[in-house]
Amino acid sequence: MRTAEGVEACLPIRSDMDLMWVRQHVRQAAARLGFGLVDRTKLVTAASELARNTLVHGGGGQMESARVTRGHLQGLRLAFSDRGPGIPDVDRTLSDGYTTGDGLGLGLGGARRLVHEFAIDSRPGAGTTVTVVSWALRPPHPREEM
Amino acid sequence: MPEHEAEGQHGSPTWEVRDFLRRRREQIAQRWADESLFRAVFTVSRDEAVEAGRAVVEALAEVAGTGRPENPAAAGFTTVREQLGRMGAARARAGLTPAQISVEVDALRPPAVDLLVADFPDDAPAGFVRECTNALTALMGTLRLVVMETALNEGEAMLDRQRLQMLEVATPVIRLWDGIVAVPLIGTLDSARSQVVMETLLEAVVTEQARFAILDITGVPTVDSLVAQHLMKTVQAARLMGAECIVSGIRPAIAQTIVHLGLDLGTVVTRAGLADALGYALGRLGAGIVNAAPRGAEPR
Repeated sequence: MRTAEGVEACLPIRSDMDLMWVRQHVRQAAARLGFGLVDRTKLVTAASELARNTLVHGGGGQMESARVTRGHLQGLRLAFSDRGPGIPDVDRTLSDGYTTGDGLGLGLGGARRLVHEFAIDSRPGAGTTVTVVSWALRPPHPREEM
Repeated sequence: MPEHEAEGQHGSPTWEVRDFLRRRREQIAQRWADESLFRAVFTVSRDEAVEAGRAVVEALAEVAGTGRPENPAAAGFTTVREQLGRMGAARARAGLTPAQISVEVDALRPPAVDLLVADFPDDAPAGFVRECTNALTALMGTLRLVVMETALNEGEAMLDRQRLQMLEVATPVIRLWDGIVAVPLIGTLDSARSQVVMETLLEAVVTEQARFAILDITGVPTVDSLVAQHLMKTVQAARLMGAECIVSGIRPAIAQTIVHLGLDLGTVVTRAGLADALGYALGRLGAGIVNAAPRGAEPR
């Protein structure tokens, strides 16, 4: 059984530098939980998109990461929360090409396609929390025996 | 000398501390030279440590003279700020945590306080002695703050320098062939970096008269929508100048991620590896690579 050591964390998202920490942390945590290279890359990319949303649209916030289990499956849950203006129309925001900034408008919708579970909790004026879960689909390889 | 102020404050604890520091400067410096902070920083000679200690004591005396021993921004610290910063930085390089450095600075306090207490005659009023001790303790606390603050500022300044260096260093433009240049991108492609990349690439397109520019992203760990946007802007800018851009080094995991993310790189020529990109560019220039004919097949 792999341990969740180094997986549980709460990282601040206040600057571009913090985005780097978020990516590093997610990359390492996913590796610890036995994610394959592709799933790991997808999750890191999703985290990068969501953390940037937290920074740019939410005015900064934090990311909490935690290990989740379902049967023998192991997964990583990431929650990005801010106290920004919130999202007035969540459905529209999720559609590709919709952007309030000068980005490509792929952040939220793209992130949703990169993870297994995706939930948005947003109240206008009170902030936004985006929670994603990805599962290490293949049973973790026992690295010691390889 | 503001003598007129001295009249009113004569006998105040901070002034007493100032006089004590000046009077016992040599003894304090000698004792401090034996403390780990000075001993570890000035390894060459003890005299050097004593000299540094004297300067710090003099600075403290000047700050005490202002009557506000708790002010870390006092002008008196200016002369020794750089030296204190160097000492803090040296200890940090030796692997000490900020808390450990703080403890080392605090270790300078007891010797000074001991000397101060010993200086009072036996019949000195206990209240005044205590006030003086408190003032000196506050002053030493301020010194601790100044050391930590200076060390932190040093660290930040170093980070800024390194960040600039990263921008400068990490974007070489390599001329692969007549009319073909390549930029190997390494690390995070944030807005500042991508701006530098675009500028150096466009300049190289002009100076090298390049028809083809290869952006190799083998060393970019994460390609999200912002990175892709930066790439596409660079490609478009190069295209305006008459150079065709090829993005190479797209690893399998990155390729799948780009597809799921919904990024449309359809207008950009992409290749898996730098060699493929070079081959493509050479082919388009009409300078294809052919294998040398085997010896036996050479026409005689």
